[in-house]
Amino acid sequence: MPKDGGIGSSTKRREDVRFLSGTGRYTDDINLHGQLYAHFVRSDVAHGKINGINADAAMAMPGVVRVFTAKDFEGVGGVPCGWQITSIDGSPMQEPKHPVLAEGKVRHVGDPIAVVVAESLGQARDAADALEIDIEMLPAVMDMKEAIKDGAPKVHDDLSSNLCYDWGFVEDNKDAVAKAIADADHVTTLELVNNRLVANPMEPRVAVGDYDMANDEHTLYTTSQNPHVIRLLMGAFVLGIPEHKLRVVAPDVGGGFGAKIFHYAEEAFCTFAAKQLRRPVKWTSSRSEAFMSDAHGRDHVTKIELAMDKDNNFTAIRTETYANMGAYLSTFAPSVPTWLHGTLMAGNYKTPLIYVNVKAVFTNTVPVDAYRGAGRPEATFQLERVIDKAARERGVSPIELRRQNFITEFPYATPVAVEYDTGDYHATMDRVLEMADHAGFEARAEQSKKNGKLRGFGIAHYIEACGIAPSNLVGQLGARAGLYESATVRVNATGSISVMTGSHSHGQGHETSFAQVVSEMIGIDATQVDIVHGDTSKTPMGMGTYGSRSIAVGGSAMVRATEKIIAKAKKIAAHLMEASEGDIELKDGQFTVAGTDKSVAWGDVTLAAYVPHNYPLEDIEPGLEETAFYDPANFTYPSGGYACEVEVDPDTGKVDVLSFSAADDFGNVINPMIVEGQVHGGVAQGFGQAMMENCAYDADGQLISASYMDYAMPRATDLPMFKVDHSCQTPCTHNPLGVKGCGEAGAIGSPPAFVNAVIDALHRGGHKVEHINMPLTPDRVWTAIQNS
Amino acid sequence: MEMTGSRTIEAPRDAVWDALLDPEVLKQCVPGCTEMSGNADEGFEATVVQKVGPVKATFKGAVTLDDKVRPESLTISGEGKGGAAGFAKGGADVTLREEGDATVLDYRVEAKVGGKLAQLGSRIIDSFASKMADQFFNSFKEAVEGPSAPEGEADDAAAPVEAQKEKKGWFGRKKAAT
Repeated sequence: MPKDGGIGSSTKRREDVRFLSGTGRYTDDINLHGQLYAHFVRSDVAHGKINGINADAAMAMPGVVRVFTAKDFEGVGGVPCGWQITSIDGSPMQEPKHPVLAEGKVRHVGDPIAVVVAESLGQARDAADALEIDIEMLPAVMDMKEAIKDGAPKVHDDLSSNLCYDWGFVEDNKDAVAKAIADADHVTTLELVNNRLVANPMEPRVAVGDYDMANDEHTLYTTSQNPHVIRLLMGAFVLGIPEHKLRVVAPDVGGGFGAKIFHYAEEAFCTFAAKQLRRPVKWTSSRSEAFMSDAHGRDHVTKIELAMDKDNNFTAIRTETYANMGAYLSTFAPSVPTWLHGTLMAGNYKTPLIYVNVKAVFTNTVPVDAYRGAGRPEATFQLERVIDKAARERGVSPIELRRQNFITEFPYATPVAVEYDTGDYHATMDRVLEMADHAGFEARAEQSKKNGKLRGFGIAHYIEACGIAPSNLVGQLGARAGLYESATVRVNATGSISVMTGSHSHGQGHETSFAQVVSEMIGIDATQVDIVHGDTSKTPMGMGTYGSRSIAVGGSAMVRATEKIIAKAKKIAAHLMEASEGDIELKDGQFTVAGTDKSVAWGDVTLAAYVPHNYPLEDIEPGLEETAFYDPANFTYPSGGYACEVEVDPDTGKVDVLSFSAADDFGNVINPMIVEGQVHGGVAQGFGQAMMENCAYDADGQLISASYMDYAMPRATDLPMFKVDHSCQTPCTHNPLGVKGCGEAGAIGSPPAFVNAVIDALHRGGHKVEHINMPLTPDRVWTAIQNS
Repeated sequence: MEMTGSRTIEAPRDAVWDALLDPEVLKQCVPGCTEMSGNADEGFEATVVQKVGPVKATFKGAVTLDDKVRPESLTISGEGKGGAAGFAKGGADVTLREEGDATVLDYRVEAKVGGKLAQLGSRIIDSFASKMADQFFNSFKEAVEGPSAPEGEADDAAAPVEAQKEKKGWFGRKKAAT
C-alpha cells in the first residue's frame, strides 16, 4: 500500500489497490443464500393504456416463483420527489404519483410493468416472454412546447396539464429586467438546446433486497451515492419501514455522476419482494435497461438575452427555459432547472439585473434529474455562448468583454440570491491564456489555413455553486431534506482511527484524501486512519455525495469531529503529564507541555482513554469517539477559465480538439493528483456532451440511442492531453479547510469552450455560423457550413 | 420512415387485385413469413421470423387489408409483437392502375419499430424496411407473373430463391385452371 502523506500531497489512491486487483466488492458481487432473481418487464411503447396483464403462462414456466404487477403494490407509496418548486402564481408544482410498477398506464419506454422473480435470471427472462400484456398505444407527448399547449395529450390524466411548474426568478426583478432590455444599447439573443444525456456509469445499477424474519429487519444493498437518503425515502415514503429496521448498504460503487443519487423503483421492489417471498431478491440492470431506466440529464431548450450599454457593460440578462422532467419526477428533478440553474445565471459577471423563467414539462420520456453539474452546466453554457456571440456582434474580443464585466470585489451578492465569498477571475483568465499559449494562436491558425483547415480558439469562464448546502436556506427553497454532513471519528485503544463518514465514495478517492486530513491534524501516519462509508448501520445519518460536496461539507464534519477528539485527548494528556490543559500542544503525534520537555505519545493517550486507570474520570468520560454534524454557512464557489483549440475540416465538418487547458480555483487542495483526475473526468464528460453524446427519441417516443452503437461515448483517442492547473487559490472563507470542491467543474466549464472554439474556427473561415446545437458532430458542423 | 416505389406487373388489374387478397400469395411474399391464416375480409394471422441488425425475433401478429376499393387501391397493415425484441408495425398504401395490358402497382410504405428493435436497430431500420418492401413487391410481382415473364426486369434478379421455386406464377396457374 502506498504511504500516505498529509494535506497537499499527491498520495496514491489506496482504494485503487483493490479496484485494480479485482478485489473490490460491488453490489453485484453480493450473493446471498437462497437468492432469487428479478427481471423487470418494461414498456416498449412511450405512452399506452394497460388493458390487461395475463401472467398464467409465465407463472407456469420452470423456476418462476412469482410475477409481480401494480396490483401487488396497492397500499404501497409511490417513489417520492425530494424537492418542491412553487410556480409564479404561488401554486405548488404538479406532482404526479410515481408508482413502483406502472398502474393503468405506461408513460415512457422502459417504464416497468411487471417483474418476474425466478430461481435463475435465465428462467426469469424466459418467463417474461410468456407474459401477455395488452397495451393500447396512446399518442406520445414529446415536444415540450407542444406538450403545454391546450388540448395536448396528457402524460398524467389526473394533472391539469403537462406543465409541472412555471418558475420566475427573481420575480420582483421581472419588470426592471424588461425595462433594462428595452433601454439597452444592444441586446444579443441566442436560442439553444442543452442536449439530453445518459450518465452511463461503468457499473450499472444493482439492488439486492434481504429480509430477516427473526428480527423483522430489512437490508438493501444498492448502487447508491447516498445510502441514508435511500433509507429515508424508501423507508418513510414507499414501504413504511422504520429506520431502525432498515439497513441500506452501498458498497464499492463504480461511478455515479448523479444518476445514482436518486431512489429508484427497483430498490423498493427488491426490498418489498424479499419480505413477501422470505428470500433475498436480486436485480442487476443490463446496459440496455440502464439507458431506459437510469435518470437522464440536461434536456433544456433556452432563449437567452444579454443587454449591454454603449460601453459593453452588461446591464441585464433574461432567460426563458423549457426543462424536460420526463414522465415522472425523479428525486431531485425539480431543483435542477431552478435553484441549481437560476442562481448561477450571473456567472462571473456583475450584471445588475437578471430574470430567469423556467417551465418544467412532463413528456413521455425517461425522468430527467441531476447529472454531473446539474443545472450549472446549463447556466454556464447559455451565458458563455451568448457572451461570445455578443463579442462578435460588438466587434470586441470575447476575452476582453469577459474581463471588462468580471466581478472583482468580494463578497459579492448577485441579483440571483447567492453571495460569492471569494474568487479572482482575472487570475484564472491570465493563467489559462498562458497555459493555452493564446499569444501564439494566430501563427498556429495561419499554419492550419495553409493545410486547408480552420483553427479556432474558444474561451469560457465559469462559476459554480457547490458544497451544497445550508439546510435552512434550501429548506426555504423547497428542499424536503437537510444538506448537512456527518462524521464519527472513532479512535481505537492503540491509536488507530476509523472515520465513519456520511459522504460516499464512488470514484472520488475519499478513502485516501479524507485520511490525509485526519492524519495531518493529529500528526500520525495516514495508514493509521481508515475511512468507513456506505453503510447506514455503521455511519451516522449523512446526506451522501453529489454537488461536489464531499470535502467541503463531509470533510468539514470530519474536521469538526477530529477537533473534538483532539480537545478531549489534550485533557487526557494534561492529566497524564500533570499539566494545565491550556499548555498542551499536539504535534507529529506527540503531546507536549509548552516550555518543558515533557511529552506523551498519541498512543499513550488513546490507551489511557480505554484503560482509564490513571484518568480524570470525575471530569471526562472514558473512550475517545466523537461525532460532528456540519451544516455549511454558504455554498462554495469554485471558478475557472477554460480554453480550447480546435481544427475544423471544412470539407467534412470533422472537428479535432487539439488542446484543452483548465485553470481552476478550487481554494485549498487536499490531494492534487485526485483533483487533477476529477478535472480530467469532468472535461471528458463535457467533451462528450459538446462533441459526441446525444440521447435521441423519435417522434413516437422510441429511444433510438439506447446502446453504444448509437450513443457515442468519448474514448481516450478522441481527446487531447488536458492541461490542468489549480495554482490560483482563493480559499473558501467559511469552511475549516478552505476548500471549494472540484468534482463537477470540468463538466460545467468545458462545453461552452468546445463550442466557442468551433464557432470561432468557422468564422475565421468566413462561415457566418452563430450557433450549432450540441453535439457538434461532423454532420451538424458540415450542415451549418453549407447553410451559412 | 416512409418509402415509395412502383412495380409494373405483366397481368391484368383484376388479377393483380385478386392476388393481393390471397393468403397464399401474401405468405409467399411477406419476407420471413412462416405461417399465415385467415382471409382478406377478417384479416390474417401471421408469424414472421426476421433478423434486424443484432436482434432476431419471431413476430406474431395480425395483417389487415383496409380501405379496399376494388380493383384500384387498398391498405395493407401489419403489427407484430416480438416478445423481448419489441414490436414492428408497418403499412402500405397500394394503388393499381392499368397501363396497356400490364398493371402498375404504386406503393407508399410506412414502418415503425419499438422496444429493443428501436434501441438497437434504429440506424439500420430504414434500410431494413426498404429492403423488406423491395422483397415483398418483387416477390409479389414474381408470384403474379411467374419467373419466366416475357419482359423480365432487372428487379427479378433480386427476388428471393423461394419465390423462384414456383414454375408458374399465380396468374399463370389461375389461367391454367380455368
